[in-house]
Amino acid sequence: MAEITYLEAIREALFEEMERDPNVFCLGEDVGVYGGAFKVTDGLRDRFGAARVIDTPISEAAIVGAAAGAAHMGMRPVAEMQFIDFVASAYDMLTNYVATARYRTGIGCPMVVRGPSGGYVHAGPFHSQNAEAAFVHTPGLKIVYPATAEDAKGLMKAAIRDDDCVLFFEHKYLYRRIKGVMPAGDHVTPIGKARIAREGKDLSIVTYAATVWKALDAAEQLEREDGLSVEVLDLRTLAPLDDDAIVATVRKTNRVLVVHEDTRTGGIAGEITARLNESCFAWLDAPVLRVTAHDVPLPAAPALEEFVLPRTADIVVAARRVAAY
Amino acid sequence: MARRPRARLGGHADLERPRGGRDVKQAPGLSRERKLELYYWMRLTRSLEERLVSLHRQSKLVGGLFRSLGQEADAVGSAFALEPRDMLSSLTRNLGALLVRGATPADVFRQNMAKGDSPTRGRDLGLHFADLARGFLGHISPLGDMVAVMAGVTLSFRIRGEDRVGLVYIGDGATSTGTFHEGLNFAAVQRCPLVVIVENNGYAYSTPIASQTAAKRFVDKAVGYGVAGEQADGNDVLAVYDVTRRAVDRARAGGGVTLIELLTYRRRGHAEHDDQRYVPAGEVERWATENDPLDRYVRVLTDREKVEQREVESIDARVVVQVEEAAALAEASPTPEPADALRGVYADPPAVLPHWYR
Repeated sequence: MAEITYLEAIREALFEEMERDPNVFCLGEDVGVYGGAFKVTDGLRDRFGAARVIDTPISEAAIVGAAAGAAHMGMRPVAEMQFIDFVASAYDMLTNYVATARYRTGIGCPMVVRGPSGGYVHAGPFHSQNAEAAFVHTPGLKIVYPATAEDAKGLMKAAIRDDDCVLFFEHKYLYRRIKGVMPAGDHVTPIGKARIAREGKDLSIVTYAATVWKALDAAEQLEREDGLSVEVLDLRTLAPLDDDAIVATVRKTNRVLVVHEDTRTGGIAGEITARLNESCFAWLDAPVLRVTAHDVPLPAAPALEEFVLPRTADIVVAARRVAAY
Repeated sequence: MARRPRARLGGHADLERPRGGRDVKQAPGLSRERKLELYYWMRLTRSLEERLVSLHRQSKLVGGLFRSLGQEADAVGSAFALEPRDMLSSLTRNLGALLVRGATPADVFRQNMAKGDSPTRGRDLGLHFADLARGFLGHISPLGDMVAVMAGVTLSFRIRGEDRVGLVYIGDGATSTGTFHEGLNFAAVQRCPLVVIVENNGYAYSTPIASQTAAKRFVDKAVGYGVAGEQADGNDVLAVYDVTRRAVDRARAGGGVTLIELLTYRRRGHAEHDDQRYVPAGEVERWATENDPLDRYVRVLTDREKVEQREVESIDARVVVQVEEAAALAEASPTPEPADALRGVYADPPAVLPHWYR
């Protein structure tokens, strides 16, 4: 089997799910004729027609609201945010309507809201955001953020089949840089299960999305230069968090570094740290440290962006501190 | 009856409203029996709400109580124009619409009492409930959202080629929201089979329409969205039925969205706690005496349909019994099981785990 990119893996999942289930349809800005700003939906309209690959007005709230309404009626909408930064315009619809619908009325919203996320691409404050933490706080939503091409496909298929709304964050830095060979057959990755990206015994790095790759680079460097055996846990799903996997790696290594590209305050690393404090205090040989972006809007200039976002070197420095404690 | 002075009608005083008893043949498709049914739903709405007021005063309700007094024709006449297979999304003052769709008085009492067997199992209040089988989706408090949601409901009808239409209500105030604009524009450009009813009752909480929009008439907004627009007397139930029926037929025939403005008047405050200090003296009373939708319709029935007073009274008596029975049922309903609060956020997992200290 040939390797395909992270982006192609998402597209393959959309193709397969639209083939499998006539209720699956895509909607969003420029997703049809143009194939999407990043070409994730390229070719879908030719294959499935304009009725199932819908070019919408620039209306994130209506895109999400319409997806919810169609989902109520048994459809399986996949709504694109052209950049995930714009999901803020649909925040009310997602948090007040979609997230509460099943709880209030028993009528769920089986739908996916997906979009290119994240930085390291010098795209500035409105094309680089990581919006996940704003939604992790809302009961009723599921959130996935894959790091590998295999997971991008498998989680997309799982998200489309899930009976509730899944926010599917796609890292645009990984779109064409990461490749993988897709497992044969109907490849579905379960939501809510983390993945050990690298086995280790001295220290655990808990992370997700693009920083999984930086953590892996850091782990290699730490092994080479310090003789440290570093485990890397790729969360894959942020809501619900895989507590069992997090606890298991901590019990194994007793030292944890949490890494994410998102800003620090109110970020997911804080939540993980709090959970470890409550559930694993006796298993920890060192304080849990965080490596995250600085708490600023993401600037565009490469020199500025690189200063703000976590680097492999930052992870190495922080990991050494956790290991030496 | 003499025409009322134009300047004294409240929020939309510049509009002359047609009155019952005019020469136009109204609701030609409705039999005498169906016309009596319209009266039944309006009377049920009003009596049910009056019973809710007494329960509210006895502190037996949870949360605020929102009346539709004076707006019963708007809700009932419009919902009556739908088929059972269609979908409707109601708003704060559309109790009558939900009753027409099949919500029961017991549902409504239980919702207002937050009982464990209420349609939302005590999770939400009032008219915030939904049932796909009976074809309605109650609204949520952020106003305007349901326009976008109903755009999606009706988009699914179009994608699947189903012979179904949707109807969504929006208040004069919520036409100022972004989701109203986005939802209506989306539905218009997708030619969704959707009827959007702007209920112009003069006030959004305390805010009169003059502070809500610079537009002369809400129906004028239809032009900007490229959809059909019609305005009608919201206190004339047959006029409401007629205008909605035309829009429903248009939607069903593939003609897309219609924006209807119904002119009505909110005689109570936003909710029962509201002292209505912002309402000019005499305005509410004038609407009550001169333009009550039930009084007007009884006159239409007796004058034009040759309905006898005893037929009207027998409906009133039937409604009283129904309301009392439903109230008793709801009062006897259990309060929710506390731990049920953790169930049903997701399909999977079915419940959230309680915290260790609970």
